[in-house]
Amino acid sequence: MTARSLFIPITLLLVIAFLIGPFLIIVAASFSAGETLAFPPQGFSLRWIAKVFTVESFRASFGMSLFLAIGGTAAALVLGIPASYALSRYKLPGAEIVRTIVSAPIIVPGIIVGLALLRYIVVPFQVGITLALFLAHTALVLPYAVRVVSASLDNLRSDIEEAAVLLGSSRLGAFFRVVMPNIRGGIMSAFILGFVTSFNQVPVSLFLSGPGVRTLPVDMIAYMEIVFDPSVAALSSLLAFLSIGIVFIAERFLGFSRYV
Amino acid sequence: MSDASYLSLEKLTLAYGDSVAVANLDLDIRKGELIALLGPSGCGKTTTMRAIAGLLAVKSGHVRLDGADITRMPANKRAVGLMFQSYALFPHLSVYENVAFGLKLKGMRGTELETKVQSGLKSVGLSTFANRKPAELSGGQQQRVALARSMVMEPKVLLLDEPLSNLDARLRLEMRTELQRVQKETGVTMIFVTHDQAEALALADRIVVMKSGKIEQIGSPEDIYNRPTSSFVADFVGFENIFPLENGKMKTSAGLIDLSGKAPSAAGLAWRPRMVTLGTGPFQGTVRGTSFAGDAREYLLDTALGPIKAEVEASQPPHALGAGLTFDLPAEKAAPLSRFV
Repeated sequence: MTARSLFIPITLLLVIAFLIGPFLIIVAASFSAGETLAFPPQGFSLRWIAKVFTVESFRASFGMSLFLAIGGTAAALVLGIPASYALSRYKLPGAEIVRTIVSAPIIVPGIIVGLALLRYIVVPFQVGITLALFLAHTALVLPYAVRVVSASLDNLRSDIEEAAVLLGSSRLGAFFRVVMPNIRGGIMSAFILGFVTSFNQVPVSLFLSGPGVRTLPVDMIAYMEIVFDPSVAALSSLLAFLSIGIVFIAERFLGFSRYV
Repeated sequence: MSDASYLSLEKLTLAYGDSVAVANLDLDIRKGELIALLGPSGCGKTTTMRAIAGLLAVKSGHVRLDGADITRMPANKRAVGLMFQSYALFPHLSVYENVAFGLKLKGMRGTELETKVQSGLKSVGLSTFANRKPAELSGGQQQRVALARSMVMEPKVLLLDEPLSNLDARLRLEMRTELQRVQKETGVTMIFVTHDQAEALALADRIVVMKSGKIEQIGSPEDIYNRPTSSFVADFVGFENIFPLENGKMKTSAGLIDLSGKAPSAAGLAWRPRMVTLGTGPFQGTVRGTSFAGDAREYLLDTALGPIKAEVEASQPPHALGAGLTFDLPAEKAAPLSRFV
């Protein structure tokens, strides 16, 4: 083997180590028997994993994150599916502008979105923190919903709707009878992508936290500032495996990667 | 309603926004007729078809079907079927479910539905494919599913958008026979849209040639093929040598040519390449191009009249490129045109 032929495999290994290494360290640390977050782990135990489930604030913030991920994504789809349909089926004036605006939350840094929401919506209009978080997560997920659903719609011939109408269906009926069943995979993919995005979202949620109302990632940061034990690592590992599990199942049953 | 106007279009004007696609179109179609709307793309044939189906709002004029004015009737109430060029089968439904789709919407259930769908599938020879998905069928099979799906609804009119254009030559003949059989068995009025004159000639009872949103000529396939009335139709059906007439004289780039008083009332004359006599006659030409077409040989001649296309039997001895030839345009063979565009 020459140095040249070794260059690529070694680079590849380093990249993989760089990408996965921190994750492996966290996973290893969560099984530590020690009192503080450290690597290499001191001994082996499941006590920190067990502890995660006993921390009251984690349970509350997990519930909040779950609510935001499911509710926000569902709301984004309710808005996003008709929007995608209109963008893909009609030659609307300014369609490209609408697409860009809808995509803005992906492009604009979360910190700015969060600050703007706090400064110009939450404070002046006295919006409750839960509602503000819900609106923010809906807006954050909307671009993904529109993008993924649009891709499915663009691959679907529009004349099947006319065929359904000529067979006696109404326009709206045709949408539910022949459009929705054919973009189901795209909708499910958008839901999963939205769920994961919302669940792991930090910067926007950071600004929109109040007494007793926090998302799980924000709560974890707050916890770490006070307590430096391996339970945060344990929780991180659990969340990572949850996300991996969801994406794996989605890929297996929906061919997730076709839509994203 | 007289028998001659089962479906009638009266002063039909159709537009996309401000651009008029079809203007003041009048057309009467008999019950059970097989009509072809023939024309190049952009002539308004597909637009007209979509208006009959109710997929396009009528700007002005009327559409009447079976005695009722259906101009403003929604597409899903018209009992008009449409077989799409792409077939437009529902990809998530089986062949059976595709055919059952419209019947279910009518409220049909149980054995009545089952019987109807099965007989529909049987009539197009696809009984054994009931559980397949459209993606698992060939193009020809998909088209027959689309035909069955429309026909089980017992439409008053069946519209077909370029029904043969996506098929290869063998399937084309098969489908053509199939459509004629269905038409004969059910007596359904059929209107199909095509840009292919051979397809229209082979299939239709009557051909409506359209150009720029207007009807250019209506007639039997024989009429259209042998007796085109305008230079546009003549050109479209293969009369490649077309000249305008002025006071009974043929207007060419060599000036006015007297055809000894024949066909003086026409606005123009048209000859198919095969009608041109080579080797004898009053005109002179030079062979500029030649091509062999199996049973015939085609020549492109440079002449004082302009370029002339001639075709002779392949058994005749060939003429070389650049050879000088005499030829004739026999006036008695020419198709007299009443309109020269």
